[in-house]
Amino acid sequence: MKSSVITFPGSNCDRDMHVALKKFGFNNKMVWHNDNELPKSDLVVLPGGFSYGDYLRCGSMASKSKIMQSVINFAKSGGLVMGICNGFQILVESGLVPGVLLRNKYLEFICKNVFVKIKNKNNPYFKNLDKDIFEFHIAHNEGNYFCTGDQLKEIEDNNQVAIYYCNDNGKTDETFNPNGSLKNIAGIFNKEKNVLGMMPHPERMIDKSLSGEDGSLFFKNLINNIK
Amino acid sequence: MEVNEKVAIDHGLKKDEYKKICTLLKRIPNLTELGIFSAMWNEHCSYKSSRLHLKKLPTTGKKVIQGPGENAGVIDIEDGDAIVFKIESHNHPSFIEPYQGAATGVGGIMRDVFTMGARPIANLNSIHFGSPQNKRTKNLLRGVVHGIGGYGNCMGVPTIAGQTSFDSSYNGNILVNAMTLGLVKKNKIFYSKAAGLNKPVIYVGSKTGRDGIHGASMASASFDEKIEEKKPTVQVGDPFTEKLLLEACLELMAGDSIIAIQDMGAAGLTSSSIEMASKGNLGIELNLNKVPCRETKMSPYEIMLSESQERMLIVLENGKEELAKKIFDKWNLDFAVIGKTTKTKNIELFFDNEQVAKIPVNTLVENSPMYDRKWKKSKLPKKIKFEKEVFSNLKIKDILQKVLSNQNICSKEWIWQQYDHTVMGDTIQKPGGDSGVVRVHGTEKAVAATVDSSAVYCWAHPLTGGKQVVAESWRNLISVGATPIAITNCLNFGSPEKEDNMGEFVECVKGIGEASKYLEFPVVSGNVSFYNQTKEVGIKPTPSIGGVGLIKNYKKMITMDFKEINNLVLIIGKTEGHIDQSLFARTILDEKNGPPPEINLFNEKNNGQSLLSLIERDYIKSAHDISLGGLITAVSKMCIKGNKGIKIKRFKSLISEIEYLFSEDQGRYIIEIDPKNLKEVTKILNKNSVHHEELGIIIEKEMIINEKTKVTIDELKSYNTNWLTNFMSS
Amino acid sequence: MKVSAVITLKKDVLDPQGKIIQQALDGMGFKDINEIRQGKYFEIDVKENDPKKAHKIVEDMCKKLLANLVIEDYKIIGIN
Repeated sequence: MKSSVITFPGSNCDRDMHVALKKFGFNNKMVWHNDNELPKSDLVVLPGGFSYGDYLRCGSMASKSKIMQSVINFAKSGGLVMGICNGFQILVESGLVPGVLLRNKYLEFICKNVFVKIKNKNNPYFKNLDKDIFEFHIAHNEGNYFCTGDQLKEIEDNNQVAIYYCNDNGKTDETFNPNGSLKNIAGIFNKEKNVLGMMPHPERMIDKSLSGEDGSLFFKNLINNIK
Repeated sequence: MEVNEKVAIDHGLKKDEYKKICTLLKRIPNLTELGIFSAMWNEHCSYKSSRLHLKKLPTTGKKVIQGPGENAGVIDIEDGDAIVFKIESHNHPSFIEPYQGAATGVGGIMRDVFTMGARPIANLNSIHFGSPQNKRTKNLLRGVVHGIGGYGNCMGVPTIAGQTSFDSSYNGNILVNAMTLGLVKKNKIFYSKAAGLNKPVIYVGSKTGRDGIHGASMASASFDEKIEEKKPTVQVGDPFTEKLLLEACLELMAGDSIIAIQDMGAAGLTSSSIEMASKGNLGIELNLNKVPCRETKMSPYEIMLSESQERMLIVLENGKEELAKKIFDKWNLDFAVIGKTTKTKNIELFFDNEQVAKIPVNTLVENSPMYDRKWKKSKLPKKIKFEKEVFSNLKIKDILQKVLSNQNICSKEWIWQQYDHTVMGDTIQKPGGDSGVVRVHGTEKAVAATVDSSAVYCWAHPLTGGKQVVAESWRNLISVGATPIAITNCLNFGSPEKEDNMGEFVECVKGIGEASKYLEFPVVSGNVSFYNQTKEVGIKPTPSIGGVGLIKNYKKMITMDFKEINNLVLIIGKTEGHIDQSLFARTILDEKNGPPPEINLFNEKNNGQSLLSLIERDYIKSAHDISLGGLITAVSKMCIKGNKGIKIKRFKSLISEIEYLFSEDQGRYIIEIDPKNLKEVTKILNKNSVHHEELGIIIEKEMIINEKTKVTIDELKSYNTNWLTNFMSS
Repeated sequence: MKVSAVITLKKDVLDPQGKIIQQALDGMGFKDINEIRQGKYFEIDVKENDPKKAHKIVEDMCKKLLANLVIEDYKIIGIN
């Protein structure tokens, strides 16, 4: 299975994502933001970091970079595109998924483990996973998901919410919302479910010496789903 | 402007120093030249008050590849790998503008590390604030934490450990010390020594603006009422550009184009060019019209003294300019050939086709002033005679609550949760442990790092305090299963022109030297920050020690959380009941006098090495060193982290319960072992003549002391975790 | 009375955001830029109805909190 990780100026989780994809069997290529064409890929990942320093608005300038046209075309043709953290912000800015990511409610960067609940498994990312609650890791300053009431209705009607912040039992109330996200939303799909944006970093959870191993379950399942 | 004695004094030079400049040049310097002298000869760059004493520190060892004198120290971690590391202060700028001051401090130290060819793999920091009651403390703390996070997070380097303290002596002068570790292949280390004639001198990175002109001089002047006037010298950090600079430099370094490289830190283009020329025993000629400038009409004086961040100076091999330029263009960074190396041994500057400065390099470096400042020796204070009744009226549980929630002991999670500590995917011990630990990417090895200081002990008796900080660093590394290798020091003191403060410096350095020599834990890099004082009052002497150690197999790393019910808990090292200068004495009894606990270096080494051998044999389930707050504080933290309790035996000790639990005797650790290994463990400890005793047994959810004091884990947690969050939201 | 104030980094202080935004725009084909400086804009509705006094109040706010005079300048751009 072939994957591509895009490196924008200021990306800093590109290597971590490369390590994770390789570990679970992807043949991964690193792609420079200024390239015109994506290599042939089964999965494209926009990694975390601080593309363009997070200046102006997070993800705003990266969404205008050369490679993004190619990524957008790939997504429109049904290709799998996953944006993690800053990658999610880039997806939002490029209009591939709805909504915006505001500054965290308490105005502080947060780096910690959180639990997330998967609501809908009818998609290539979560299909066949045998549990619903995952322990993932977040590290961000602007992860406070927001959209208009109309958008929210549409998102919910289309089953586009990918994951919610919750506790270890799957309870999704405000107490377990780390950043003020609307309805505890931690990740969303596009309408077709081939584009996924999420704040948590599964690539930081791929070894029991690290923060945990739930990321391994996610990646193993993902490659099997794509095969 | 005409240069005279008054202008020189306004530049922070002393009368004698000005005279010396004129003698060395055999003429009166022009303003640009005077600016260059003042930058090179100030305390920050010349170490004129400290050099004499720093020379005495042990700086060599089997594992030392590079000691002090380069951008950072380098140690060997085997298999062709090396760790580059250094700590540096950014105290004065952080007090004036906490966010930018702290951010540029972090940026500066990372540049020192990647200048040597190393990719930064971990950041640490030691930050010290005034009393929580001081009205500026909260904003300073918030600004500094945001600044450290803002820069480090953006760079994608995990912040893995740190230290925070509050003490009224920092009310008018906070401390911000930042440390970075980088990983490099032993045969790909880059140095700042220029070599060869007519080699192109290259400027890369950000453009030069009027930022921080004379920042280095500011760092060497104490704060007074006129602080407002010094404000415009604060620089703004641009972590995004630094990230690009890091990637571009590493890309260029992968080839063989670079002869020498030096970052432009304090005193910018001046110190970087002179440093390279001096090390290479060469001259350098610069055309200042070629320097990329952000603003119009910048004068040679301003260009030479600007402290704009995110810039580097490189001496390149001939003919590699195009290749290098391509890389910096790709990363959208400025690149300019601004000069060349010469055989004249002068620094020669040209601007608008005129020579604007010509100074022999040796006058700036070798001939820089060195002072043997007067200093006063401190006597060891007399031991306080504590009345036994005072102790017997105290309730253990009440004291424990006060101690665990003390601002200098409580959990600092509010701080480190704002630092990305997991990026790069190799952090295997997060902040909050004895040391932070990161794996050496792609190998079985891991590197442990810690940063420590004990200003109270150093203030009570500098010689003992200096030794103690090194010993504590050593213990923190051993507690996670790392073999200590070397240290870096950041020496924060008051004015060297005052005998008391200078005495504190001299004796702390002596203590650091003695301990690092005995423990074979050499000093490989560091920085001195003097004039930490407001008006006439100096801070408590605060040497921060950054220690680095190696874990050969990261799976053998130890953490402090209690692991299993029914396991045995032992104390290594003897509890004598030294209460003077303990947190208990200072905060509960309000007794600020007395000597700090004694450091027995033989015991330190023996206890530490014995523990390492137990770890090597897989006997140790958890470990934690005993420091501030004494034995019971250490045990409480192990309970909190492991979510388990302990039943502490009735102790047979002759000292009182309070002294047993809260004294701060040194050289001690708490360890957890499987009861089936007790015999073996005891045998090894006895064989090595290590004092040890059984403390108790791990139980569920409750701490029971001497059968009468009972505290639940939830209570311990609430004592320990809430103070900082409450303080910041109050 | 509504007072608006703009805070920008001082002329000689590096404005990393402005610089990078300019580079990005340049990359998108906006070639006519000399310089971009980024700032913050505040609309403050004060209880005071005298323009002079309102100006003074907001100026005070700028000095004491809104702007960090170490690195930033403020400008009151409208009162109505």
